[in-house]
Amino acid sequence: MSGQFILPNRIARDEERNPVSSIAMPEPDPRVLARAAEITAALRAVLPDDAVISDLEETRAYECDALTAYRCPPLAVVLPRTTAEVAAAMRICHDLRVPVVPRGAGTSLAGGALPTADCVVIGTMRLRDVLEIDTRNRFIRVQTGVTNLSVSAELEPHGFFYAPDPSSQLACTIAGNIAMNSGGAHCLKYGVTTNNLLGATVVLTTGEVIELGGPEMAPMGLDLMGLLCGSEGQLGIVTEATLKILPRPEGARPVLIGFDDAEVAGECVARIIRSGVLPVAIEYMDEPCLRAVEAFANAGYPKCAAVLIVEVEGAPEEIAFQIARVREIADALNPVEFRESRNADDAAAIWKGRKSAFGAMGRLGDYICLDGTVPVGQLPYTLKMIGELSRQHGLEVANVFHAGDGNMHPLILFNANKPGDLERAEAFGADILRLCVRVGGCLTGEHGVGIEKRDLMGDQYDPADLAVQMEVKDVFDPRWLLNPAKVFPLPASQPYRERAAAE
Amino acid sequence: MSADISTAFAPSDEGELAALIVERFRARAPLRIIGGGTRVQTGHLPGAALATSRLAGVVTYEPGEMTLIVRPGTTMDEIQPMLAAEGQALAFEPPDMRGLLGGNGAPTIGGVVAANASGPRRLLAGACRDHLLGIRFVDGQGRILKNGGRVMKNVTGLDLSKLFCGAHGTLGVLTEMVLKTLPAMPERATLALPGLTAAEAVAVFSAALATPFEVSGAAYRDGTAWLRIEGLGPQLAYRRDRLLALLGDRRAEVLEAGATVDLWQGLRDVAHFAGAETPLWRLLVKPTDAPAAVRALEALGGACSLDWGGGLIWYCGPALPDAVRRIAPHATLVRRGGLQGPAFPPQAATIAALSAGLRRSFDPAGILNPGLMEG
Repeated sequence: MSGQFILPNRIARDEERNPVSSIAMPEPDPRVLARAAEITAALRAVLPDDAVISDLEETRAYECDALTAYRCPPLAVVLPRTTAEVAAAMRICHDLRVPVVPRGAGTSLAGGALPTADCVVIGTMRLRDVLEIDTRNRFIRVQTGVTNLSVSAELEPHGFFYAPDPSSQLACTIAGNIAMNSGGAHCLKYGVTTNNLLGATVVLTTGEVIELGGPEMAPMGLDLMGLLCGSEGQLGIVTEATLKILPRPEGARPVLIGFDDAEVAGECVARIIRSGVLPVAIEYMDEPCLRAVEAFANAGYPKCAAVLIVEVEGAPEEIAFQIARVREIADALNPVEFRESRNADDAAAIWKGRKSAFGAMGRLGDYICLDGTVPVGQLPYTLKMIGELSRQHGLEVANVFHAGDGNMHPLILFNANKPGDLERAEAFGADILRLCVRVGGCLTGEHGVGIEKRDLMGDQYDPADLAVQMEVKDVFDPRWLLNPAKVFPLPASQPYRERAAAE
Repeated sequence: MSADISTAFAPSDEGELAALIVERFRARAPLRIIGGGTRVQTGHLPGAALATSRLAGVVTYEPGEMTLIVRPGTTMDEIQPMLAAEGQALAFEPPDMRGLLGGNGAPTIGGVVAANASGPRRLLAGACRDHLLGIRFVDGQGRILKNGGRVMKNVTGLDLSKLFCGAHGTLGVLTEMVLKTLPAMPERATLALPGLTAAEAVAVFSAALATPFEVSGAAYRDGTAWLRIEGLGPQLAYRRDRLLALLGDRRAEVLEAGATVDLWQGLRDVAHFAGAETPLWRLLVKPTDAPAAVRALEALGGACSLDWGGGLIWYCGPALPDAVRRIAPHATLVRRGGLQGPAFPPQAATIAALSAGLRRSFDPAGILNPGLMEG
């Protein structure tokens, strides 16, 4: 999802509404709840006064992330300013056996930062320092509470940028980006967070601090940093990161291609990729999405079954050459329109509708945004099947997504005030994700599993495949204190959690 | 166990491999995993040889999806022409180590992935691990497992592919790998800059790599620095001219496509240090630290070359391991040349403990290439 910050899932418009319960969380540990005062006192003893929050009115601000249908205030919130303070808090939670929920900016769409009543939230948002910019060696080192967008803003005067650009980039932080291995619209060319992360300072559950990687271009020994990136707070908390930086391209230019057949649009994507042109982004919008965008933003898009926005980069001559190649490919497929941009205003007009897509969908009602990914060749079939599922479930769906890498974002429309509608939407969503897995894809391309996709993990992985991942967690977190009820289905993780609790 | 050393297994499918490992796990009997036998020397390890030669073949290659699914024993000689016929390549440019190490087997994709083997284009395109999308493997208990998938964006669960890439077979035996393929840029040229010191070369690299002209190779040896440029159609001439302008007064010779291919194949395979018995080290440093490290290493005898814009130093010389690692701790002994001791660098205690814990978790009996990566 490109560009502007988009308000998260709007599935809980009614702030007072009770949390729905279709995704279960374990009962809070009464032994921990009984020691709440002791735990907060221990945290206060080693941290600055304003770094520990335990007043219910204040902890409520941390009761959910962007998956707002699920809420629970934590036992306490810790907001450290240094790696040492994170380590001190982790050590206390470890010694007192208190679950820890790491939190960046709380923009996870998957419930990755959802607290439990018996947990301490450790937030990284006060770790705000930019530590080093080294353009000769092409890296930036930051504390991980800095926002994604501010990293690129810091680099702009130097002529560099940081490539991953999730749509929440105005708010989301590097800590969360690393935990979820965030992507964005430009991954087709530049990869996701794991491909742009060089080094990490990690606080382990014991409070020990390790340094992984650095400015060097390969890991020493096993690639623990590669394992840590995208581990959703299961293995440790990253407090500092060394990030790869790239020289800013000379320019970028989008083209808009309209097709009267969704499958032909999918074919166009595959042919562009095969041709050797590697655009930085190929975005796809289907007819329901185009209708909503037109009503909301008046983007002037053609009225047709599907629109592609293809963006290429380079100097003017390079851009012209690449666009000519894309045009040749598209023309062979009889598009209803091929719109080039001659200047910045034209380019902005082409992106306008895409960037307002989520806002436009929000005007139509509540929606759930999915994140399944499929092989590019399966896009046409998957789109067709999503249409059929939409009819079966009686809910409308719009598709707007990163077509170049098959990362779909179906938006399921529903009415949160209508009893049972959220559950229907969730059931429809689960069917779409199972479909993604069945055609060779995965449950989540860039949002993460969190709690949202947790109970579907068995559709993608066999029990042994999940077991080996939980064994890896065991190595880093034998007490199962870090985000313990996320990612792995509760019945699968129960033996590990119970064993850890009994020790 | 000594009788075991002459034994060799070559299972023909994943099931047969799993059955073998179950048996070896029960007997706590080690295995040395061998692809083409061209990359890491495992001859000194205990146990029977396990060849991946019959776990071979391309499962699927979808150029329009930029994905290749392949079994570990498949040779690079089979894979590379197949991709080239579609105008694609493995963008991380895996090196062929036969010249350096004197192996005469056929390099396999399993060996490339197990070693995270990445050549000069690593600078622009990332390492092997950045192109590995998913794996199937048999762990040290004989469990058949999978992780990741065949799509380019996938954050479903823990990413074990990264862990396996560069684990040199110490966590499990790969049985299937999904790799991202990329369009091979059809036009290429090289700018050669003679008469430079290592410090001047790294300064040129830093300047060139701060431009958006997608320099895909930056290497140095014997006083000459090279910059490789690639592109589509008119991109090449544009990029070449802009870089020449950036270099200003520095004398630069332009090598055309044919010479470029030969030059970078040699640099990729470190051909300049081939055919010798002298110890060869691979050192990773911050690029601007390279000139001082090169001076210190060459003061101990021998010669250095640079790749990855200075981030990778090849040192061919007689210095002892302690001395080399004092200059650059991130040093791997690639060709022993008679030196004893661990090939891999030692790690901080906590990280070593985590790595050992992971190995125990995947390979509880310690039967897969035991001790190979011990620092």
